[in-house]
Amino acid sequence: MTTPSIHLPVLGRNECGDHPDLGAVRAAPQFWRSLAELEDANWAPHWLVNEFSAAAAEWRDGPSRRRFLQLMGASIALASFPGCRRQSEEKIVPYVDDPERTAVGKPQFFATVFRHRGFAQGLLVESHEGRPTKIEGNPDHPSSLGATSTLAQAHVLSLYDPDRSEAVRQLGEIRKWESFVAAIRAAMKQEEPSGGAGIRFLTETSTSPTLAAQMRSLLQRYPQSKWHYYQPVNSDHVLAGAELAFGQRLRPHYHLEHVAVGLAVDDDFLFAHPDNIRLAREFSAGRRVRRGTTRMSRWYALDTHCTITGAACDERLPAPRRHISSLLAALADRLGMRGERPESESAPSDAQARWLDALAADLKANRGACVVTVGDAQPPQVHALAHRINEHLDSIGRTVTLIEPAEATAGSHFNSIRDLVSDINSGQVNLLFILGGNPAYDAPGELEFAKAMDHVERVIHVGQYVDETARRSEWHIPLSHDLEAWSDARAADGTASIVQPLIEPLYFSRSLHQMLAMLMDEPSDDGHAIVQNYWRQWWESGKGAGEEGEGETQTDGGPTAFTLRWRRWLHDGFIPGTAAEHVRPALQAVEAQTSEPAGLSGMAGARGGSGILLDVQLAPDYSVWDGRFCNNAWLQELPRPWTKITWDNALLIAPADAEEHELETDDVVEISVGGRTVAAAVAVAPGHPRGAATLQLGYGRGAAGRVGNDVGSNAYPIFPASGTFVQPAAVVRRTDRRHRLVVTQEHHSMEGRDLVRVASLEEFMRLGGAIGAQPHGRSAPLYPEAPEGLGQSENAWGMSIDLSACIGCNACTIACQAENNIPVVGREQVDMGREMHWIRVDGYFEGHRDNPLVHHQPVPCMHCERAPCEVVCPVAATVHSNDGLNEMVYNRCVGTRYCSNNCPYKVRRFNFLLYNDWDDPLAAMQHNPNVSVRNRGVMEKCTYCVQRIRSAEIEARKDNRRIRDGEVVTACQAVCPTQAIVFGNLRDEDSAVSQAKAQPHDYALLEELNTRPRTTYLARVRNPNSDAQTGGGHGR
Amino acid sequence: MAAESQFQPHPAQMQPAKPRRSGSRVIRPGMTYASVTDKISSIVLTRPVDWIWLLGFAVSFLLTMMLIGAISYLLAVGVGVWGIDIPVAWGFAIINFVWWIGIGHAGTLISAILLLLRQDWRTSINRFAEAMTIFAVGCAALFPLLHLGRPSRFYWLLPYPNTLGLWPQWRSPLVWDVFAVSTYGTVSLIFFYFGLVPDLAMLRDRSTSKLGQIVYGLLALGWRGSAVHWKRYHRAYVLLAALATPLVISVHSIVGLDFAVAIVPGWHNTLFPPYFVAGAIYSGFAMVLTLTIPLRWMYGLHGFITEHHLDNMAKVMLGTGLIVAYGYAMEVFMSWYSGSEFETYMMHNRATGPYAPQFWLLVSCNVIAPQLLWFKRFRTNVPALFIMSLIVNVGMWLERYIIVVTSLHRDYLPSSWGMYSATKHDWMLYVGTIGLFVCLVFLFIRFLPMIATFEMRELLHGHSQAEEEH
Repeated sequence: MTTPSIHLPVLGRNECGDHPDLGAVRAAPQFWRSLAELEDANWAPHWLVNEFSAAAAEWRDGPSRRRFLQLMGASIALASFPGCRRQSEEKIVPYVDDPERTAVGKPQFFATVFRHRGFAQGLLVESHEGRPTKIEGNPDHPSSLGATSTLAQAHVLSLYDPDRSEAVRQLGEIRKWESFVAAIRAAMKQEEPSGGAGIRFLTETSTSPTLAAQMRSLLQRYPQSKWHYYQPVNSDHVLAGAELAFGQRLRPHYHLEHVAVGLAVDDDFLFAHPDNIRLAREFSAGRRVRRGTTRMSRWYALDTHCTITGAACDERLPAPRRHISSLLAALADRLGMRGERPESESAPSDAQARWLDALAADLKANRGACVVTVGDAQPPQVHALAHRINEHLDSIGRTVTLIEPAEATAGSHFNSIRDLVSDINSGQVNLLFILGGNPAYDAPGELEFAKAMDHVERVIHVGQYVDETARRSEWHIPLSHDLEAWSDARAADGTASIVQPLIEPLYFSRSLHQMLAMLMDEPSDDGHAIVQNYWRQWWESGKGAGEEGEGETQTDGGPTAFTLRWRRWLHDGFIPGTAAEHVRPALQAVEAQTSEPAGLSGMAGARGGSGILLDVQLAPDYSVWDGRFCNNAWLQELPRPWTKITWDNALLIAPADAEEHELETDDVVEISVGGRTVAAAVAVAPGHPRGAATLQLGYGRGAAGRVGNDVGSNAYPIFPASGTFVQPAAVVRRTDRRHRLVVTQEHHSMEGRDLVRVASLEEFMRLGGAIGAQPHGRSAPLYPEAPEGLGQSENAWGMSIDLSACIGCNACTIACQAENNIPVVGREQVDMGREMHWIRVDGYFEGHRDNPLVHHQPVPCMHCERAPCEVVCPVAATVHSNDGLNEMVYNRCVGTRYCSNNCPYKVRRFNFLLYNDWDDPLAAMQHNPNVSVRNRGVMEKCTYCVQRIRSAEIEARKDNRRIRDGEVVTACQAVCPTQAIVFGNLRDEDSAVSQAKAQPHDYALLEELNTRPRTTYLARVRNPNSDAQTGGGHGR
Repeated sequence: MAAESQFQPHPAQMQPAKPRRSGSRVIRPGMTYASVTDKISSIVLTRPVDWIWLLGFAVSFLLTMMLIGAISYLLAVGVGVWGIDIPVAWGFAIINFVWWIGIGHAGTLISAILLLLRQDWRTSINRFAEAMTIFAVGCAALFPLLHLGRPSRFYWLLPYPNTLGLWPQWRSPLVWDVFAVSTYGTVSLIFFYFGLVPDLAMLRDRSTSKLGQIVYGLLALGWRGSAVHWKRYHRAYVLLAALATPLVISVHSIVGLDFAVAIVPGWHNTLFPPYFVAGAIYSGFAMVLTLTIPLRWMYGLHGFITEHHLDNMAKVMLGTGLIVAYGYAMEVFMSWYSGSEFETYMMHNRATGPYAPQFWLLVSCNVIAPQLLWFKRFRTNVPALFIMSLIVNVGMWLERYIIVVTSLHRDYLPSSWGMYSATKHDWMLYVGTIGLFVCLVFLFIRFLPMIATFEMRELLHGHSQAEEEH
């Protein structure tokens, strides 16, 4: 998988730009969400409803050769007899001249990035004949280290989203790009005399140096215009906190690898942090337990809702967001810091005090190897306090360094949007460019941004969807997906990367760079040239000289030195030497802080009215983030960590609170804040702090698309403009309504079974690693068997999953879905228990409901040496290969489902209905050509990514050698940020997987059944502090 | 064709030697050869269509049409229209399959085993029970086919020579099932048809319509009733009975193995084969009673099907019901004795889990209610017996429901536990097969003699001889 190609030819202009209006013909639904809808689709074939298949518009656009090749496989169905639904006639068009560096049938990998909150995370994107199909991490990129997240994995599905905007629109009507350009240039000209006083630009967080340069020159040309920026989940408080502490807007950059004791304060850094992948890697590095391990890091979490970070930490103390500042102040007090007296009104309870005492003692004992991290939601004062604690513990400069923020939009987002709204409301804005983002939906409810938009003469929205904002704008311009346009972005540490497209835009769309070039009246709006020119200037200005130069000199006729550099950057996926420098400012005096309003705890206000008073906390969602991934079906169907809810958000509430207020899961409540009401379903979540409830952002959308519309409830009406992510003492009213929340796992108790083996580090050391029930000897087989279980083949594949490392992030599930063409089944089918994920992450709770331990256990197919499924299949559709795979022969399967019944691990998945979309050419473009797309009525399951094994075999055979260890990497293994999954050859004693399985805490799930699984687990080893007992399950 | 009657004395000319004494319990006194034949053949040949038949047929025919609709829809959309899921990947289809196969057991048992055991009371119900067997096996056979994810590939379960060079996977009990059920179905059909031949000849002779004469004539295979025919016939009949006997045991044993071979707690149980056979006979006799009692009333067959028959059938039900109860008790015992936490949990879950109401209803229907059959007064109370037969039918269906659903829905990993609830398509298919079954029964009683005439006459003959010897 590491065969990145160096050079991607500059893509030509999109020819279809001449006929932008043809993109709107498509209407046929490709997604279905209910059985009824599916039945409709099945009863009335598409060609009856809609004579032209979904690709009709594509064809009339006059595709370029490259696009022609992309489309030919999928959409020639149009040309063939339309009744032929399943197998379309295909034309095979061979290359006359092979394009350079391509071999048909062999994927290529291109380096680019995914922007998480605007920050780059390096990717290598797999491309099959010009179709991006699968996303992998870029091992060289500092923010990826080879892994990716769920959100990045789903990036490729968004590219092929049939609901993406396809044409320029004016008030909903399709227009030509030229008429837009003419209209806008005229409008801009009108503003020119006033210096653009009526012009406003609104972007999201942007780390793009090119965009920043373009904006600068635009602002020079219209000096009175303003650049605003807003996205709901931003770094306002992080930067403001540093400003309070150091007098500069700086970003703390954590180094967790050598942390001995860490504290995450309302910080879900394993998911929500811009650098979450790297942090997860470093977090797990300090917690890797092998034979003879005597040290591991100990992590504490002040968890304000149900986060994967809290679940991964050793000592978790649930506390409402509002109490965090006083708890942290109490900690500072215990650390002996003066002037950090906790506010008397909310002194910690006894249990909290014990926990804080233990934490303080631990921190003091590990001075210099500690870290305190704080999440975005906490107010700047808490960030500042954390900085002072870190300083006090000698952490700054070791586990925390400070860097200049990488974003060009480092000011306050909340202030920026507030200023914009007040400018609009005072009539100062005539021309508003919304360059990305969806503020009509996700701006804080109290600002009433959508209403304000109506007061602007002209609103121009650039976005990937005709979303809530687009519908209120006069003009809408389709925005290119990051996989189809040139751009650049910086990682959280400042490292810049070029965003490289892998495909020409599927529709008539523009990048922001092209858009700004048009506004600047630049003659060319070639995205490639714009980005390259910026970096050429940067390089020529000598800034690039810092990187190690090998003295390439310009050779006559050859590529220039810059071109060589440029190619190198594209190949590597980042520009070396662009990381931000660590700065070491001095702490400001504490007095500066005392004049500031106290933290959130000061905001407690008893608001009257009938109903329950609860703090309503808001958080980005594990699947849809702030709503931008709402139309992504992979993410929607992904069970959210902890609750396992799919296709919904819910108001999470502590079990004790639920009992007190007589609320149950699925009850609908109304949350009222300042006259705005949000209705949401309640989910009782063990471990949620009492006195607060948490609602995820990003749902309840009306204009997301067919997948995301009307899923869940919209939290933005009560999203505070202060950026505190909490509505203290909101009024929550019960209603008579119920809303069924669909979960993939109903039982979270292990029922006393030996499923996830857990021990503390002490026990691990005491037992010599032998955790849990030891095998009671294999029962004697009835029939003679081969002397060893590995068979005769030279490879015996096996997998080891380290439960100490697993953080339950779900990345494996979605990577598997992308790699193996696993269909999405929709909410109703999930409710019926028919989700298709080949690898699932089971969650078990242990201990008291108020603060249980949460164990994650990824469960793929175990590839049992004595597979119970194989014996019962009447047609030999599931058989054993001699290299130890339990193989599923789709073509042979008749669908008795006996194998699933007999699988003790329940990892088999059945196509109860026709789940795969065989008609949609866009869906076909995403598909991995090396994996069968399964039909109705067949069983499927994890194959250990057999396609990757076989292609490695072919490569090895070509070189007449054995497969090297690490040459076969399964999709789940590749994506795992914590490297919890190891796969390889058990025959090779030195292979990583053999080493893992030789560990004393290796165990097989349900080994008493004598199935002899090839997938085994390393027991979870934790490092709790027995002094920190809070009475909950944590710290047992 | 007309020549045959010379070999068979006309019933009217042949009187039993003496009037029967009231001691005979399997046929009412006062029956003669003529009255037997008249009575039975008249239902087919002369009796006008009555409104009960018409109504019953109409309703069951409509249900059959619903079945066809449900099957069409199922084939068009897929098995996803049912309530099955992961972990409960088997649902109504398998429950109904096992239930119908069980019902099909009474026929062959009555015809074959009771014949070999010389239980002469079987005579008046065997034809009927055999027909019921055929129809029940037909209904049962629908389910494994429809239950496949890809029903068009059902033939891959058969060992036929093919270019793939692939045979079925012989270790799978589902392959054994194919053979067990198809053998049973075939042998039952042959047995049924073979037993019909003399009666078809009788109908051919008595039929007044041309069509009847031709159709019955063709089906009678040239039966002339000669002594040679009779001699060979009797020998073959006994041979067939001997052949069919082991099948009674084998079919449901193998159906039991479908479950027992699996490692699912609640299925993995060596008790299953014998306990399934007992359950099958139990439900089979219940179904025979369910059908016999109304027909006896409709067609006035009290002379042929006496209280003695009902009493005997009730006794068989009681006996097999006790075996089934023993099976339940052993399941409970073994789940504790095995020491396996999964088995223990399974039993605990059955008794107290989400399907506990079904479980306790099953125990009431199959174990508690049938204890009334100990009382002779109850066994001879026809309406009470009818209700009891319905209760047992429901109970046996629930038994399969409990075995299939409660075992699967919570097995090894609590993370994968789920629930099962049938959809309307499940019910349509189930009720549809009941409709088909009843519809076929109605056609059967209109077109074929529902009681074996010649055997009844033999019985009469045997009785009169026995009395002469007295």
